[in-house]
Amino acid sequence: MAGKGGVGKTTVSATLARAAALAGLSTLIVEVEGKSGLPAMFGQGELGYDEVVLSAGGGPDGAADVRARTLTADAALLEYLHDHGLSRISKRLVSSGALDVVSTAAPGIKDILLLGKVKQLERAGTTDLIVLDAPAAGHAITFLRSARTLLDTVSVGPINAQARDVLDLLEDHRRCQVMLVTIPEETPVNEAVETAYSLEDRVGVGLGPIVVNGLYPEVTGLDADPAAAADDAGVALRPGEPHALAGAAAFRRDRMALQRAQVGRLEERLPLSQLRLPFLFTTDIGPGELEVLARALLAQVGALTELPR
Amino acid sequence: MTLESAAPVATFDEIVARRSIVVCCGSGGVGKTTIAAVVALEGARLGRKTVVVTIDPAKRLADALGLAGLTGTPSRIDGDWPGELWATMLDTKSTFDALVAKYAATPEQGERILANRFYRNISGALSGTQEYMAMEKLYELHDETDFDLVVVDTPPTRHALDFLDAPRRLSRFLEHRLFRMLMAPSRGLARAVNVAAQTFLRTVSKVVGGDVVDDAIAFFQAFEGMEEGFRQRAARVTELIRAPETAFVLVASPRRDTVGEAHFFADRLGAAGIAVQGLVVNRMHPSFGDGLGEAAAERSRTLDGTDLGSLYRNLADFQTVASRERAHLAGLAEAVAPAPVVWVPFLSSDVHDIAGMGAVARHLFAREP
Repeated sequence: MAGKGGVGKTTVSATLARAAALAGLSTLIVEVEGKSGLPAMFGQGELGYDEVVLSAGGGPDGAADVRARTLTADAALLEYLHDHGLSRISKRLVSSGALDVVSTAAPGIKDILLLGKVKQLERAGTTDLIVLDAPAAGHAITFLRSARTLLDTVSVGPINAQARDVLDLLEDHRRCQVMLVTIPEETPVNEAVETAYSLEDRVGVGLGPIVVNGLYPEVTGLDADPAAAADDAGVALRPGEPHALAGAAAFRRDRMALQRAQVGRLEERLPLSQLRLPFLFTTDIGPGELEVLARALLAQVGALTELPR
Repeated sequence: MTLESAAPVATFDEIVARRSIVVCCGSGGVGKTTIAAVVALEGARLGRKTVVVTIDPAKRLADALGLAGLTGTPSRIDGDWPGELWATMLDTKSTFDALVAKYAATPEQGERILANRFYRNISGALSGTQEYMAMEKLYELHDETDFDLVVVDTPPTRHALDFLDAPRRLSRFLEHRLFRMLMAPSRGLARAVNVAAQTFLRTVSKVVGGDVVDDAIAFFQAFEGMEEGFRQRAARVTELIRAPETAFVLVASPRRDTVGEAHFFADRLGAAGIAVQGLVVNRMHPSFGDGLGEAAAERSRTLDGTDLGSLYRNLADFQTVASRERAHLAGLAEAVAPAPVVWVPFLSSDVHDIAGMGAVARHLFAREP
């Protein structure tokens, strides 16, 4: 899941995971940027390197589990060195800060450690779907390109092998797709289009449907004049209400005209199916809101006919 | 610096009029770049010679600022204001290159470093470098040019406060002890340490390949002797960010998670001895008719299915979100008190030109009607 800061990438990651769980797929969300609002969306506390259950499956709704964990390059490195019989140097490599030197010498090494771990989780086969909440915006491209970058610098050894495995995963469109998230505003739409083409051209990864987040739901009746509508309904308006009702309606109409224009522009410039999520008129996404979003997503997934190339 | 410039500020007008540096910080996607541009424009309107350093402006804002295709050299933006408005994009690599050239003992040393593959990776791959160079640029523009006001945007990372530690971290990196040991061979105790370090590096080479390690060693050898210059420079940069003439403006949006991050920023800045001097909250939902919320929700239910019901539903929706946003922000405003707080509502379009910046400015600054 990739997108510019502020578009609700983590919310959409949680939504996709819950939607998949509702469809019976056990799902693991992987965070790579440290603290986020993810666990709060499921009514849970903080995440750590070890897996936690965010919502347990097996209930009356027939949903599967949603689990989550946070990966860090340092922890992934320790695990990697341990698995490769190099535990002896691992502590020193991290504590001396040499990882910084090594990762500067071979850019992308931290990213490949994270992606390598994701690949290992996928190969372990203990979960049906992994949702990776990728770093924001331009960082996502650098992050996903790390495998190619490393193959250029590190031509032999286990890191090279790791990079090849990760590249295989990224280029296999049946195993892995990137879903972009955007909101219906000018700059985020432009950036989503640019990111989409960069991801295809420079990473070679398959693109899934794009998620347009935070759309005001369509409402009829907002063109009506409050006084006339009150007459029709046989209701008297209180002082201040005609002005407030008309002002709120005008604001919503303006924003919705803008959002229609931006959704249209996105459709024109990016030939990807769109999945649209409503704005819920709240500042907090908790389990209740997540359920609404997940069901909204699921309702549209059925209408998607094609798998991406 | 005058006494006046160190006194606390009560408004954004005072920040722009009296500070010589404004740093806009906050999490990604909250509109830092726009606020930085708006603050700089106001500086020019007040007659000051102002420069704004942006990190990654949206294309249309870059076009509006005349930044398309430019690198690290400030360019002047013409307009109807008494002062001067200049803008520049942060170019991490060329800023770093200039520093190397400045502190190299000889031109040859500088060239040797610039040609090293490991060095070329530092600007692109070492975390914190971009943050450090943003601060370095600020220092350079403030200290080595005649700008009255320097406004900087900070990089859009989750760890957006890395710039506080970045100068110190980078100078520590450049003095890296492990590599120091490798370069100080064959003298007494150092020799034993050196053997241990060699063994360690051989193991690292096995994992990432020998070339990579050789590049790093060549870099640290070439860099020899320049650490002191870098360290002193970093200390001066750090001192400037903490000076009273520098104002930190925190930019946030009213969602719960970004408000949470803004709290975290304010705490971290406070712990570093830096007070937030202004808070801007972007993308606030407007509140239509305060106090009508409950009644509107009630009527939307009883009138469901009619036009009037829709109008009430819509009003109630906005009342709900607006009151939640204000509730989240009350604590944040308190946390940064007595700093001035400005709420900028959702604008009817994106800000991508001087006129759009004017619309934001009307919320930040007192203007004659």
